[in-house]
Amino acid sequence: MSIKKSPWIIHYDCSSCNGCDIEMLACLTPMYDLERFGIVNTGNPKHADVFIVTGTVNTQNIPVVKQIYNQMPNPKVVIAVGICAATGGIFRGCYNVVGGLDHVIPVDMYVPGCAARPEAIIDGIMKSIDILAEKQAALDEGVVPEEICGGYIYEGEHDEHGTLITDEDADAAEEEQDVGATPDQEEQE
Amino acid sequence: MGKSTIIPFGPQHPVLPEPIHLDLVLEDEKVVEAIPQIGYVHRGLEKLVEKKEWPEMVFVIERVCGICSFGHGWGYCMSVEGNLGVEVPPRAQYLRTIWHELSRIQSHLLWLGLIADAFGFESLFMHSWRLRETAVEIFEDTTGARTTFSVCKVGGLRRDIENEKLAEIVKKLRDKEAELRELTSVFLDDNSVKKRLVGIGALTKEDVIELGAVGPVARASGVSNDVRLDGHGVYNELGFEPCVEEEGDSYARCKVRVREIFQSIDLIERAVAAIPDGDIAIEIKGVHPAGEFLARLEQPRGEAYYYTKGSGEKFLERVRVRTPSNANVPALVKMLQGCDLADVPILTLTIDPCISCVER
Repeated sequence: MSIKKSPWIIHYDCSSCNGCDIEMLACLTPMYDLERFGIVNTGNPKHADVFIVTGTVNTQNIPVVKQIYNQMPNPKVVIAVGICAATGGIFRGCYNVVGGLDHVIPVDMYVPGCAARPEAIIDGIMKSIDILAEKQAALDEGVVPEEICGGYIYEGEHDEHGTLITDEDADAAEEEQDVGATPDQEEQE
Repeated sequence: MGKSTIIPFGPQHPVLPEPIHLDLVLEDEKVVEAIPQIGYVHRGLEKLVEKKEWPEMVFVIERVCGICSFGHGWGYCMSVEGNLGVEVPPRAQYLRTIWHELSRIQSHLLWLGLIADAFGFESLFMHSWRLRETAVEIFEDTTGARTTFSVCKVGGLRRDIENEKLAEIVKKLRDKEAELRELTSVFLDDNSVKKRLVGIGALTKEDVIELGAVGPVARASGVSNDVRLDGHGVYNELGFEPCVEEEGDSYARCKVRVREIFQSIDLIERAVAAIPDGDIAIEIKGVHPAGEFLARLEQPRGEAYYYTKGSGEKFLERVRVRTPSNANVPALVKMLQGCDLADVPILTLTIDPCISCVER
């Protein structure tokens, strides 16, 4: 099973404090050396099997995470590294924070810690590789990719700057439209 | 000249682990303008001051950035201590200085690795990060954590380091010094490395002053800008002199950081030799900060300031952090104008950008 022997990872910092990011990079350097497991860090989503996300997700990052996730080929696994990616951590309750990666994309593995220790990250990646192999086996049996890799599950909408449109904004926009609606717009609705 | 093209750089790209987006306006291979777009790491953590009591807030401020986390915690504590009008015991001041200088060694080695990666010298990246583990191991040994170690509290420290352990730390750093010299000589003397750094992104002294750059970026252009001269912590007692270079190019910025690594080892040795015995914290009970205070601190990336405003309640009214990378972004935009496209990653890195500091 070749996918178990050389899974490639892609890392995205999703408004993290850098703590988990430098630990993530430390995993790749001689002290911890992830490459001994055949794991290579890539910058290209289409080369990657494992998506590692650090940090609590903020509203501007949602489209970026979604884009990287959707570009990755099947099968793929997602690892949320650090307590911020798991639940929002210390930043839970900040006005710009969604609070946990699983609000945005399906997550297969959570690595706790603030910052997550390199040993824990390596453990998380090794365990996720088993999930990856299971997904590969299911795909080989003819299961539809959507069933095992999930889709994009975040339901909020964004404007062209990537800012989340909240319920209040949407209500305000609707009211505005009601006031100055032209017949064309009404037809569209 | 051909017509201009816009190349988006980021937010997800292999050069930096952090998301920053630059729109690079190109004419052929020359960058004419760089338009930064930020907001990918903005969490709004200053607002959390309304939900966390002031002693707890130090954990939040430490997580402004994981690389210089100790300095952030110290700056906030200094600000609240000023607000309360309390004096920290001298032993705590010495220990804070020691941990802060260790953070600087760690941060500069991290930067050396990243810049080596940016100019395509991967083995140099690996060696820099291998040596960086020396500092990280000391953190783990003394505090139990590798990156964000929360030893600072308002009024002092949570943990002491025994004098024998302090001597061990100095020995450990001195043992690695030969290896560090070997590593840094590659950055400073190697021909291929010099070709990528010398003369690239030069800023004059006037530019730096006008753009308000701080830290190693300012010092590399001949501006002796270092808050440690004001003597926070025990820098006055240690006899601190800033490292200043005149050329202002990427090579000078690299040289300043390399010199600072060895300077930090010297400072730690002097601090360990002079550290007094005594308490590491004073008890603060029954008072809340009422008033304003602005504390300044020299982070590995330059001057940072921490403003706190209290109203005698357990929640502060306002916390504001101005970080060095924030001050250096205009200098970066200036450097990028007129550079080659292939030099963009190197120039972006020479200010040692910390996006989570910039946006908080």
